[in-house]
Amino acid sequence: MIAARGLSKRYGFKRVLEGLTFDLERGGFLVVTGPNGAGKTTLLRMCAGLAIPSSGTLEVEPDRSAIGFLGHEPLVYRELTALENLDLYGRLYRVPERRERIGMLLERFGLWEARRERASALSRGQLQRLALCRALLHKPELLILDEPFSGLDADGAELLDRELAGMRGQRTLLVATHDPERVALLASGRLALA
Amino acid sequence: MRRYLGDTAVLARKDLRLELRARDTLPAMLLFVLAIFAVFHFALPAGSSRLAELGLLWVAIVFTALLGLGRAFVAEREQGLLDALVLAPCDRSAIWLAKGIATFAFLAVAEIVALPAFALFFRPVGWGTIAGVVLADLGICAVGTLLSAMAAAGRARELLMPLLFLPLALPIVIGGVGASVAGAPGKYLGFLALYDAIFALLAWASFEYVVTE
Repeated sequence: MIAARGLSKRYGFKRVLEGLTFDLERGGFLVVTGPNGAGKTTLLRMCAGLAIPSSGTLEVEPDRSAIGFLGHEPLVYRELTALENLDLYGRLYRVPERRERIGMLLERFGLWEARRERASALSRGQLQRLALCRALLHKPELLILDEPFSGLDADGAELLDRELAGMRGQRTLLVATHDPERVALLASGRLALA
Repeated sequence: MRRYLGDTAVLARKDLRLELRARDTLPAMLLFVLAIFAVFHFALPAGSSRLAELGLLWVAIVFTALLGLGRAFVAEREQGLLDALVLAPCDRSAIWLAKGIATFAFLAVAEIVALPAFALFFRPVGWGTIAGVVLADLGICAVGTLLSAMAAAGRARELLMPLLFLPLALPIVIGGVGASVAGAPGKYLGFLALYDAIFALLAWASFEYVVTE
């Protein structure tokens, strides 16, 4: 699913990643850990196709239509409602039975009551839940999550735990987190960046 | 093709809806173009020629467009949303086309107000000028949307946008002024149409490289 060989990334003279090699098989769950500035976000962005490696090779099997990405930003339009945001992405991703899928995700992530609220009026935790809905909307084969627990309250974090457990073996997961113990039991591998 | 147009329509509708909600681009363009006419009205000496007045109309159009183009990618830039659009499985040039359509709509509305206002401050414009404005808008939006995306990705974007846009808008001003003042504007309108076709093709083909690293 993901095969990286001697992967490096530089921004100007600054080396962010150097000679990274790893494999992630289909259905696997790889946790990426490391201190701030270790290159976790850069690695995830490269795997999502949002950044290009400076050297080395990176093969990612599904094309972007089958990748779900959650970054530091929720990637939702603040002036649109939760429903309108998901409808926009649902149309772009050609999600079958879009309305039902959006309704189901909003219910599952506790956002149904807030579905007509503009994203700018949502709390940080609600925005993160909405971002998770967006990333999961098109049932991606490969799910790339950068600090997915960030901003979530205890209920939200437990909900995400359950979602990740439910996806184990069915989807390929690449998750960067500062709290690796949270997903230690679920993960099939761990990649520690220095 | 149907899918491409469908994606473009979805994205353009989103941009129009965002403007209807936020109302921070179109009102600014309208106020700017009216303010600039008022300034020109008092700056031009009494009895100035028709040619000078039409020249100023084109200056106002270009700078009003610049104002709108500067805000074309504000939501995407401030909220990192270009990543989401780049990740979506649509042709990336559809993002350019949708932004161009939305910007064209804002510019057209501004000009629907601006041209009668110009007639009020100075003198009515002819059909050659109106045709020139429509063709110029197409070129402005084709080139300007591409440059706006480039500027959004870089630093000092407020500085970069006019520096990139104004030299490329020079042929539009030449063609537009020519269409306004010439007795037979056909040659200048043809020039504007050719500019639109060439730069729209270039922008369409190169947009993908602008929005990906």
